[in-house]
Amino acid sequence: MTTMTDPPQESFRLSMLLNDTRYRSYTFQFIALIALISLIAYLGSNLVQNLRAAGLNISYEFLGEPAGYDINQRLIEYDSQSSHWRASIVGILNTLLVAFLACVTATILGVAAGVLRLSNNWLVRKLMAVYVEAFRNVPVLIWIIIIFTIMTAVLPGPRAFRGDDPTASMVLDMFAFTNRGVYVPAPEFTSGIFQGAGNWLVILASLVASLFITRWNVRRADQVQEATGQRPNTLWANLAIWFVPLVALCWIMGLTWNYPELKGFNFAGGWTIRGSLIALWFALAIYTGAFIAENVRAGIQAISKGQTEAAASLGLRPGRIMKLVILPQALRVIIPPLISQYLNITKNSSLAIAVGYMDITGTLGGITLNQTGRAIECVLLLMLFYLIISLSISAVMNIYNNAVKLKER
Amino acid sequence: MTDATSQRTEPFVRMDMLPEQEPPATQRGVVKWARENLFSSTANSVLTVAAIVTVYYILVSSMPWLLNGVWNSASIRECREILEGATGGCFAVLTERWNQLLFGFKYPPDQYWRPTLAFVLLFVAAAPVMFFKYLPSKMLIFTGLYPFIAFWLIWGGSILTPLLVLVGFVLAAQAFTRLEHKGFAIAALAAIAAAAVMFWLASTIGSGGGSGGFLSLEPVQSRDMGGFMLNMILGTVCVSLSIPFGIALALGRQSDMPIIKWICVVFIEFIRGVPLITLLFVANVVLAYFLPPGTTFDLIVRVIIMITAFSSAYIAEVIRGGLAALPKGQYEAADSLGLDYAQAMRLIILPQALKISIPGIVNVAVGLFKDTTLVSVISMFDLVGMIRGPILASTEWNGVYWELFGAAAILFFVVCYGISQYSQWLERELATDHR
Amino acid sequence: MKKSVIFGALTVAGMAAAASVASAGTLDDVKARGKLNCGVTTGLVGFAAPDANGNWDGFDVGVCRAVAAAVLGDPAAVEFVPTTGKTRFTALASGEIDMLARNTTWTFSRDVDLKFEFVGVNYYDGQGFMVPKDLGVSSAKDLDGATVCIQTGTTTELNLADFFRSNGISYEPVPIETNAEAQQQYLAGACDVYTTDASGLAATRAAFEDPAGHVLLPEIVSKEPLGPLVRHGDNEWGDVVRWTLNALITAEELGVTSANVGELAASAGDNPEVNRLLGTEGNLGEMLGLDADWAVKALAGGNYGEIFEKNIGENTPVGLARGLNAQWTEGGLLYSPPFR
Repeated sequence: MTTMTDPPQESFRLSMLLNDTRYRSYTFQFIALIALISLIAYLGSNLVQNLRAAGLNISYEFLGEPAGYDINQRLIEYDSQSSHWRASIVGILNTLLVAFLACVTATILGVAAGVLRLSNNWLVRKLMAVYVEAFRNVPVLIWIIIIFTIMTAVLPGPRAFRGDDPTASMVLDMFAFTNRGVYVPAPEFTSGIFQGAGNWLVILASLVASLFITRWNVRRADQVQEATGQRPNTLWANLAIWFVPLVALCWIMGLTWNYPELKGFNFAGGWTIRGSLIALWFALAIYTGAFIAENVRAGIQAISKGQTEAAASLGLRPGRIMKLVILPQALRVIIPPLISQYLNITKNSSLAIAVGYMDITGTLGGITLNQTGRAIECVLLLMLFYLIISLSISAVMNIYNNAVKLKER
Repeated sequence: MTDATSQRTEPFVRMDMLPEQEPPATQRGVVKWARENLFSSTANSVLTVAAIVTVYYILVSSMPWLLNGVWNSASIRECREILEGATGGCFAVLTERWNQLLFGFKYPPDQYWRPTLAFVLLFVAAAPVMFFKYLPSKMLIFTGLYPFIAFWLIWGGSILTPLLVLVGFVLAAQAFTRLEHKGFAIAALAAIAAAAVMFWLASTIGSGGGSGGFLSLEPVQSRDMGGFMLNMILGTVCVSLSIPFGIALALGRQSDMPIIKWICVVFIEFIRGVPLITLLFVANVVLAYFLPPGTTFDLIVRVIIMITAFSSAYIAEVIRGGLAALPKGQYEAADSLGLDYAQAMRLIILPQALKISIPGIVNVAVGLFKDTTLVSVISMFDLVGMIRGPILASTEWNGVYWELFGAAAILFFVVCYGISQYSQWLERELATDHR
Repeated sequence: MKKSVIFGALTVAGMAAAASVASAGTLDDVKARGKLNCGVTTGLVGFAAPDANGNWDGFDVGVCRAVAAAVLGDPAAVEFVPTTGKTRFTALASGEIDMLARNTTWTFSRDVDLKFEFVGVNYYDGQGFMVPKDLGVSSAKDLDGATVCIQTGTTTELNLADFFRSNGISYEPVPIETNAEAQQQYLAGACDVYTTDASGLAATRAAFEDPAGHVLLPEIVSKEPLGPLVRHGDNEWGDVVRWTLNALITAEELGVTSANVGELAASAGDNPEVNRLLGTEGNLGEMLGLDADWAVKALAGGNYGEIFEKNIGENTPVGLARGLNAQWTEGGLLYSPPFR
């Protein structure tokens, strides 16, 4: 019973660190770690030495000092006496705004172009191919500049709207398309029941409530259909749920429209969508839309032809085949590359610098950096910001991706 | 007889085949094609009409400008005078500044043949890699030599410098193969040592006899590179450099050594999380602080470092996809043959994984090539930088936008479209599954 | 694959070769290198812009060339490093360039906080406004609600904000990266006003199809003393650049031009200050660590007035009057300390 002895204890030799697979991985990792630490230490000591030689220091105090410059597009209150930190926040919000707008537009464009590329209409197919290839193969920076130039050169200046015999006029007396931007009527709540942004929160709350109620309504219809085979018509009820509270709220809060008007040098009143925002927004959307179109096409083509045939044999029309059978399946293939396209939009929005759109690269990484000369601090903060954005977008999208993933049992 | 009776009893029967009739007009030729491809349904018809209108408007607005263009004048004013108010492009800026657009404004004009030759040779060098099935593998020797030839051609100086570096590599390879039986690590160390000695020699000789020396070309500073050439240099150098780094990062990320894995993960995710432009800011305004005091090296080298880091993170992800796509059996097969890690990777895993990842790598390469235009933001005069800087700022050509950016777009389009068509061809070529 | 590895190491080797180990003093560095690295703009006509053949030309360039000539004896021994508003200070601080001559405004914080040393003023400027004539604006105070194009990366943004705030009027800034693009926006009517240094405005207007259709408003809203700068703490080098600039100014005052400098330097003349300047008397050059005829070499490209006239003077497309930049004897602000 006790004849089994332990294998002879091999004494540890130094060469085992390299030749014994048990220890080798430790050796490598140890070396890697040492290398990494010494690299960091080396760079750090260089930094300290260089800064000391130049008499500089690393300090984030400048963030609290007044920025001193103005920003044309600000989603929160800001003036030239606000701090650099607040200027950065304004920039962050502008980045998020343009990224969001571009993501939505790019998705719509991309899905449309991707589906149309597979259309049986020869001309449309070819046009979409031209669109996709033209935009995919030219740098986005060139597109941004070209679209900005189109904006400036083609649209009339506000001056053209002035005088007795203006060469340009407003569309429907509500929208003014100028090379400074597009002016649209802005809703205003005059009753004063809620203050400022409170109005918008109320509207938002009502919309969210409507969303939940319609979903409940649809689910109820599903249950009825399941039980009786007859589906009650939900369309009118849903429309009512969406619009009745909205209209009522607007009436209660005294919604009026503030129309843009030519006053002095510029249009006043209404909302301004600035030329730089439009150029960046459309350039990013059209450019990324071409990539999304390719992803969508690949996704659709990845669905086996049998699915289309099966759906067709059930008597579905081509439009419904696409909507009910192909797209839901293709979505699983499309979403992962779509996430990286959204990330690309966010990162490419940093090219705002080429058209003077005041995003975070324009404020913190641009004027603040120029004016304070604090290059290291600004660039580090800038990278940190983009990193946080990227990581959060991919986290959110991964959650969504997991939710729609094929659940194999 | 029977014939006669049948003729009598039965009604008319045609005895010979009718000649084949033309299909109805709506079912043949252009009309049929149009009906099937353009007007098969109402929605389709609407789309077709909309498309035709779009194309018409684009043509109407651009054709006079294109056809009426002025190709020969000295400045935009002269151009406007020639046009006399008519619509027309001022393409003279392209003919006048063509060399600047291609080579930047500081590359010596009498040396333009050097980058041009390097560019032509690039195709010869890339061909055996791109069409590896059709060309003899001996041509790969030229591919190996190409970087040295290109370096010598573009930067000039004595040929001894690249030659010594080349010798260093050959020595390193020799040392490696000689000592390989003693283990991968020892062989690698010996190879590095051999190469380092030669590089040291190369750097001392290179810095010593820069102008004179054996087979010397007029040296050109890196900061004199510009125009489309700079985009090409950055694109090719960074892509080729980032492939080995990308492989290393991908392997590191797949590794089961936690520390190495996490170093790679953090690096890759960090790089992929920030825009290239911030990395270029780092290259331009921050990197200098992290180098030993007194060290300065060219902006172009700093930019190459940052772009290489950028693209290697993306390529690492592509290759990781390739590694993950390999069946586990391949890894196990390699293990069961008793191959160690380095051998297994070198001989079994990587050749297959890389083959799968080639289309992805090409895509990254195209994206990277386009992104090289961002260097214009940090005051380098690449194609876009040349346009936005010296050309548009000059009094002669101030205000010529469409022509210049159109030309830039076309240049990039030709290159990128070419590469992506190649990538699609390769994808079909490599497709071994028959769906 | 192999190709990539080879190229990789090649670059590493190149880097090692390029990385020079030296930080004794900038003057010694420049002498050892045989080239002066001078930071300039990426292109502003009249001040620093590469011509069609890639040769840099302009007023700031003239200062660089004078320093190179004084130190190295060759006005062509300059490596021009184009910098943007963002990169200029880092380029100087990191030692990538030896001096910066990029119409940079001398301000307190740049001098003190960023640790640079402005060696003098080569152009007294101020921020002005340009508007189309048909806008009917005669004063910057009428610009309430106007859209203003500004070039980013300069002090103009801050001046603009201050001016409008102190006058209690509103405006809308349109920040633009390059002068060429600002010009495009302005001409297309995307902004009502273009503001930058008055000299820049004049240069920009000169390039217009119809310069007469645009007016410069009378308000000059800031002081913009533009001058070359060097790193803090390297006083020998700072002295060389400072006194080269002063030599250019003094030469004009004393009537020493590129035409007669050779003759005057041949032997000591009657004017002792000219003699000291040109090294025929005293040992000023030696004190600077340069040759005795350093100023003669520097002046080969012309004195301050000549450089001014050649690049931005009234007979050039830029067409600037001397104004504040005349010698103190002629009612200007140029006043060089004496050479003794």
